[in-house]
Order: sequence, then structure tokens, then C-alpha cells
Amino acid sequence: MNQLETLEAKSVHILREAYRALGNVCMLWSIGKDSTVLLHLARKAFFGHVPIPLVHIDTAYKMPEMIEYRDKLALEWRLNLVVGQNRDALADKQTFPDGNVDRIACCRNLKTMALKHTLDGEWPRLRMDHTLGRLVEDQDLSPYTGVIVGVRADEEGSRSKERYFSPRDVENDWNVDDQPPELWRYFKTDFEPGTHVRVHPLLDWTELNVWEYIERESIPVTSLYFDDGTGTRCRSLGCWPCTTPVQSTATNVGEIIEELRTGKFSNIAERSGRAQDKDDGGGLESLRRGGYM
Amino acid sequence: MSTPAESAPAAKPSPVFVSPDLERMDIVAVGHVDHGKSTVIGRLMADTGSLPDGKLDQVKAMCKINARPFEYAFLLDALKNEQAQGITIDTARCFFNTNQRHYIIHDAPGHVEFLKNMITGASRAQAALLVIDAHEGVRENSKRHGYILSMLGIRQIAVLVNKMDLLDWDQEAFAAITREYADFLARLGVRPSSFIPVSARDGANIVARAAEAPWYDGPTVLEQVEDFKRLDDDLERPFRMPLQDVYKFTASGDDRRIFVGTVETGRIRPGDEVVFLPSGKRSTVKTIEALSGPRPDEAYAGQATGMTLDTQVYTKPGELMVRADQPAPLVADRLRANVFWMATAPLVRGRRYVLRMGAARVPVELESVLSVLDSQELQSVTGAAQVERHDVAEVVFRSTRPVAFDPAEVLEPTSRFVVVAGFDTAGCGIALEALPEASASADGERRFGVGEVTDEQRAARYGHGGKAVVFVGESAEDAHDVAASLERRIFDLGVHSYYLSATDLGEDKDVLGREAQIGRLGEIAWAMTDAGIVLVAALGDMDRFDLDRLRALAAPHEVFVIGRGDGGDLGADLDLPTSLATDEAAEEALRALTAAGVLPEPAA
Repeated sequence: MNQLETLEAKSVHILREAYRALGNVCMLWSIGKDSTVLLHLARKAFFGHVPIPLVHIDTAYKMPEMIEYRDKLALEWRLNLVVGQNRDALADKQTFPDGNVDRIACCRNLKTMALKHTLDGEWPRLRMDHTLGRLVEDQDLSPYTGVIVGVRADEEGSRSKERYFSPRDVENDWNVDDQPPELWRYFKTDFEPGTHVRVHPLLDWTELNVWEYIERESIPVTSLYFDDGTGTRCRSLGCWPCTTPVQSTATNVGEIIEELRTGKFSNIAERSGRAQDKDDGGGLESLRRGGYM
Repeated sequence: MSTPAESAPAAKPSPVFVSPDLERMDIVAVGHVDHGKSTVIGRLMADTGSLPDGKLDQVKAMCKINARPFEYAFLLDALKNEQAQGITIDTARCFFNTNQRHYIIHDAPGHVEFLKNMITGASRAQAALLVIDAHEGVRENSKRHGYILSMLGIRQIAVLVNKMDLLDWDQEAFAAITREYADFLARLGVRPSSFIPVSARDGANIVARAAEAPWYDGPTVLEQVEDFKRLDDDLERPFRMPLQDVYKFTASGDDRRIFVGTVETGRIRPGDEVVFLPSGKRSTVKTIEALSGPRPDEAYAGQATGMTLDTQVYTKPGELMVRADQPAPLVADRLRANVFWMATAPLVRGRRYVLRMGAARVPVELESVLSVLDSQELQSVTGAAQVERHDVAEVVFRSTRPVAFDPAEVLEPTSRFVVVAGFDTAGCGIALEALPEASASADGERRFGVGEVTDEQRAARYGHGGKAVVFVGESAEDAHDVAASLERRIFDLGVHSYYLSATDLGEDKDVLGREAQIGRLGEIAWAMTDAGIVLVAALGDMDRFDLDRLRALAAPHEVFVIGRGDGGDLGADLDLPTSLATDEAAEEALRALTAAGVLPEPAA
């Protein structure tokens, strides 16, 4: 098996294990390339079905193309799409674009808090109604005890230490110094009640692998990743106030792969266009310890 | 000390042209603490051009600011707290490419406290770099790591004798360490791929050849790494696939019943006859399924696959799927195994653990400790009562259910297991041998006092004898409904009866809960039958092995088993077709119990 086949097999195995062993598990879909690859892998793992709800945290500052693309795929692939949001923070203007808090606090409000309370069911959720073709208030607010996330070990330092199955305690704390052993294909799937589990099927993938796989499998991605004629494109998608595009004239997947293979970005971190990373003392660790994905 | 984002070892694609068709290899770096693993990896990354431009200078500049001498290991210090401690606490992945392959190097910690992290890194690898400090020589963890690598089945090991510069590249010192450690590995049956004298700090014999050691003509570390083989002989071995799950997405209009799992070894095609173990159920592969496009005509080792079968077999996840035309694995409820214990609480007798073997989870108990290996001296110590943390031991496990596996020397991938204590992965190991079935235990012995009243006197008084009637079926709810309805009918006949549902017997969330449920039912069945009462119990989803255990617990009394659609497979006394409604099914069961003499003929 070549490297993409090996990576695919392992990720599919992990997805199936999460679905089998964890109770109420959901999958985080940021609309970015990584979680969309994850979604495609789920369709492979479950033979065209996606029996796991896809949770999207809408910060209200996502680029409009992302939301459009999200709803289109959700309807086309009949996805069980669940959308959460920090409605209070937005109403009280506790955001960076409103000028009331710094970037880190904004991330905590609109992403970390929104995610936490969307997962635990304490805040309202929207769910895609496939008959109406739009999002409606979700009646089912049962908590998710596990979440599948598309983080990769090569993204930044703290992610290189993740396990495939990683327990967080009730406060979402990650005890990086004492992680469970993972041997062969035996992942930790027995947890004390109240434990929240994160599953990372893409841990071994690199940015290049992701694009190669998108090309191989013809996975649709949003046009924000391609040069729109201005000589720039997004390399990592976030909220528009905190995302800076990179200089690139790549207009399709093949050209992005070429860029990565020839080392155009070899000295620029993938998330360098994401302003919050820099504001967190250079790494995502303090944000991630608090529950950031 | 603050860490700029750029100091993380985020491996960016190296300037080397990388083809997507290249294979991927995982390598683990192990060794005693401070013997220089991280420096070796840092050097390997730097000298192969796998670091982002300017990274090296930047880390050097940072060291200058902080008045610390620069070390290549700093390149790998991904986390803030790790830099504070100065030791690798977890397995960090480092990516690097050559034009031959993609590599992930797992930097495994050398500190004894973090052995479980080292094992996590090592179990992902196909090859290992074991680093020994030339100055300090072979230390405890050099040996323990060597032993663990051999137990994990990693046969390709390069031994790096590091810090040769401290010994002025003394050939004799290198030879002495080589002799000592080669002798140690030989006792484990391991032949290292090479012994390489290096100075990671100076980059000598890492990528560039060491001018200081003209006497050495073996490979450099990079040459050795490139020479490691991906062992793909798994394809030519017997087919083994732990059944991970069975999918039926009928709610989404999909009628396929898909048997999924990751193929450990071998290959399989449509038309191949397969056997599921330990149940022994058989069928033939109909199709190999895919998301889209033409269906594949083969599934093979390493793939996460799914297939449909020709016949409707009711097989539960956890079984081992094998090909009928190939050598069969072993099926046993007692096994001899090597185990490495990681938990703080020792592995002891009299406690229930869960053994995970492939996709199976079975309750096990430690029956005996045959020997404990002293990792220092590599001598076996017999007579130990338990297995302490970080011990490697040969033990006998005993289960209440059989499990399918291969002995390690025949087929290593399907000999691997882990032991779960409570919620934690507490141990790991390889199965060596199946042992004969456990000798008759307390099961089935008379466990309550015997009064003066005989069974005959009781039967004469009641007009009937005692009996345990057990309902099994895929749907616990259906079994409950039919059983409750049957008990009502039996009671209305004037018979002394009693009804028990699965929920009365405790939770069955996991295998241990399930085992306890059956244990309780067995005791109650024995006592009620002995008391002359007709017990009707619904336990829902039971398999042949659950029933075997229940029968053993109730002996010498016999249990009357009623199945629902799949009773034939279970050796049930009566099988009620699923086409019968609840009332009809209960009525049919009543007739059968009367015909069998369990119930008295209704008065005419």
C-alpha cells in the first residue's frame, strides 16, 4: 500500500472504532480542508452513510462562501448537520471585531465556549431539516460524550503529542503529561463516566497528504483555498477578521500540491495566517488546554 | 522561556521532491534517558534539510539569549512544559522525507516513568533506533527497551553508540559495548541490523561519515534508515480479520449487511469460504464493498474493508474472521502469554480484567505467574505471586469465554493483546500457547444447604418440578415480552412460577457486567429450580458460550432454552419463528414445555 492508502486505512479504522465504542459521538466540521477530508473518510468507512452528527460552530464571522458550501454539501450528502453558536457573546458584542476583547478571548467566546456548550447540550443547537432544506432549532439536546476532530500532528507543536483517542476531563482539561498508552490498534475506549473523548483520525497526515488525498478522491473544497485573481489564497480557514491569505497563484488542487511539494511554504507555518496563534504566546497550547481544537 | 511558534518541530515538506506514491515508514527512537535520542533526531532532520529555513539559526539565537548552549534536541522540544523539564515525556512525531520514503520518527521518552509512552511510540514503528551513550554504556533502560522492542515484534533495530567524541572515537570501547549489547539481544533472539558509532552533537555518522572513525565501514544512520524494509510479507500469510463491526443502515434504505474490519494478514476474495471464531459460524464472501466505483475483487492485509456474505449469519463483532481453506487459529479459554505491565496497581489473582484480543473483549483472571523477567539481568524469576509495574512476565490467563488467537511464533499480529483494568490499558503482550480447558471448578456444585425436604416431596406437593426456562434472542425487548406473557400463562395453570428480566440482573454495559449478569442468573436458576419453581428469564442477546456457562452454573439442573429465529445456532430446546406474534409465541412455548413434561397437563 502506498502512503495515502495506509493513512486512509488507519483513519477509517479509527472512525469505525469511535462509532462502535463511544456512545453519543459527533464529528466536528469546520468546513476546512482537513475536516472535509475527515467527512469523506467517514463516507468511506460507512459506505456512503454518515451515521455520526456533524457539528459546526458558527462564529458568525466565517466567510460567507464557507456557510454556502457547508449547506450545499449537507443537503447533497444528507448529512446530520448540527450548528452551534455563542449567541450571548454575539448579542453582547464580546468579540474582537467589535473591539471589546482581544483575539484570544474572542476565540474562547465564539469557538471554545460555543463548542463546549453545543457538545454538552446546554445551549441551543440548530439541525439541518432535510425536508425543509434548512436549519431549524434542534429538539434533541442530549450531550455528546465524544467528538471526532481533524487535527494533524504536523500543524503545530502541541498537536504532535496527541493520542488518537484522547480523554479530557469534565473541565475539558488535557493532561498532556499522563496520556493513556496506545498499542497497535488498541485505542483506549473505556472511560469513566463524565469523561469527554476526542478522537483524532488524521493525526498522522501532513498538509501535503491532505491535498494529495483531496486530488485522488476528487473531494470538493471551498474556493477560498484558490487564488481568486488577486494573487492570494487562504491556506488555513478561520474567521475573516483573523485570517490573512498567503501569496499564491494556485487556482486548483494540482497547483497547491505542486506548491507544497516544491517547498514554497517550507519556512512558513501552515497556520501563520491565523492571528490568534501568535497572540497565544506562539503556540496554541494554552488555548488547546482550555478546550480549543 | 517563551517559545516562538516557529520553534515547534512542525515538519514542513522538505525541499526534496516528494512523490505521493512513496511508501511511509514509522521509526521509533529509544534508549536510556539522556543518551541522546532527541539529538539524533534533531541532527537527522537538520542534516537531511527537513527543517524549515532559518529554524536552526533561530533556535541557536534563542539559546544565546537564554545563555544556554545550543543542543539539537531543542528542535524537538515541542511543548513549553517539556522544555522546562528537559526530558521527553511523550512520543512526539517528527516528519522527514528523503527521495526514497516518507518517515515519521517517534521520539520516545527514555525516563522509566514514561515507559507507557515509549511503548505507544514503539508499537507504531516498523524499525527502531536504539541509542546507547558510549560514555555511560549499557544501562537498565537500554536493556528494558531492547526487550520491549522484541516483544512488540520490532525485528529491525539499529544500535547507535552515541557520544563517541567523548571517548575520542576509541574503537575498542565501541567494540566492547557492541559485544555486550549484541550478546544481550542474542538472548532475546534479536539480531540488530547494525551497530553505528556516532556523535549526534557533531553530526558524525548521522548523515555525513565520521572522519574520526576510519576504522568503521558500516552504514551511517541515514543509510541504515533508508535500508530498513517495510515488511509486507503479511500479504502471504493466512487471512485474519478481527470483526470490528456489522453495519446495517436499513433506516437509510440500505439493505446490505456489511462485515467490517481491518485485515491483519493475508487476502480474501468473493467466493472464499470463511469461518468466524470462536463461534465457528461459516459463510462465503459475496462482495467486497466500496464507497463508489467498481467493487474491489480482493481485500488484503492493512486495508480497512467491509464485505457482504452469501448467507445470513448472525455474527457478533469481536469474532476473528478467517478463511476456511487456511490453517485455523487457536480457540481457548486458557492461554499462556508474555505480558508487560504498565499500571501502578500490580496484575494480581482474584481480580477481573478485560482481555482485548483483536476485536474481542473477554473477561479474564490471572491464573498463575510462571516467571517474571528481571530486565537488568534478563533472568527469569519464578515463584512471583503477581506482576508489578514495568515487569515483563510469563503468565497464564483464564477466561469464562473462549477467545481466538494465533501463537506469536506462528502469526504475530493476531497474538497481540492488551489487558484493561478498570478503564485503563494496564498491560500488553503476546499470546504464546493455548492451554487445555480449565478443570471443573466450583461451577455446578451444590452451593446451598440441603434441608430434609426432598425434590420428590416438593414435586408431590406442587404438582410439578422446578425448571429454569431462558429466553434468548437478538431483541431483548421481544424476549422480555414473550417471556413475561409465558410466565402469566404458566402461573394461570396453577404452577409456582417466577419471572426475571435482564435488567433485574444488573447492568451489562461491558463484558464484565455481562459476565456478572450471567453469573447471577446461573445462581438464581440453580436455587429456584432446586426450590421446585418454574423460573422464566429473558436475557436477550446470548451466544453459545454464554449459554454453556449458564448451563454449567445451573448444573445438575437442566436449563430449557428458547430461541427466537436463531435458536438453531444456539442449540436451543425450542426455536420460535420471528413470524409469531408475542401471544402466539408464548402459547407455542407453553405447548412445548407441556410436551416436554416441564409443566403438568392442564386438567381436562
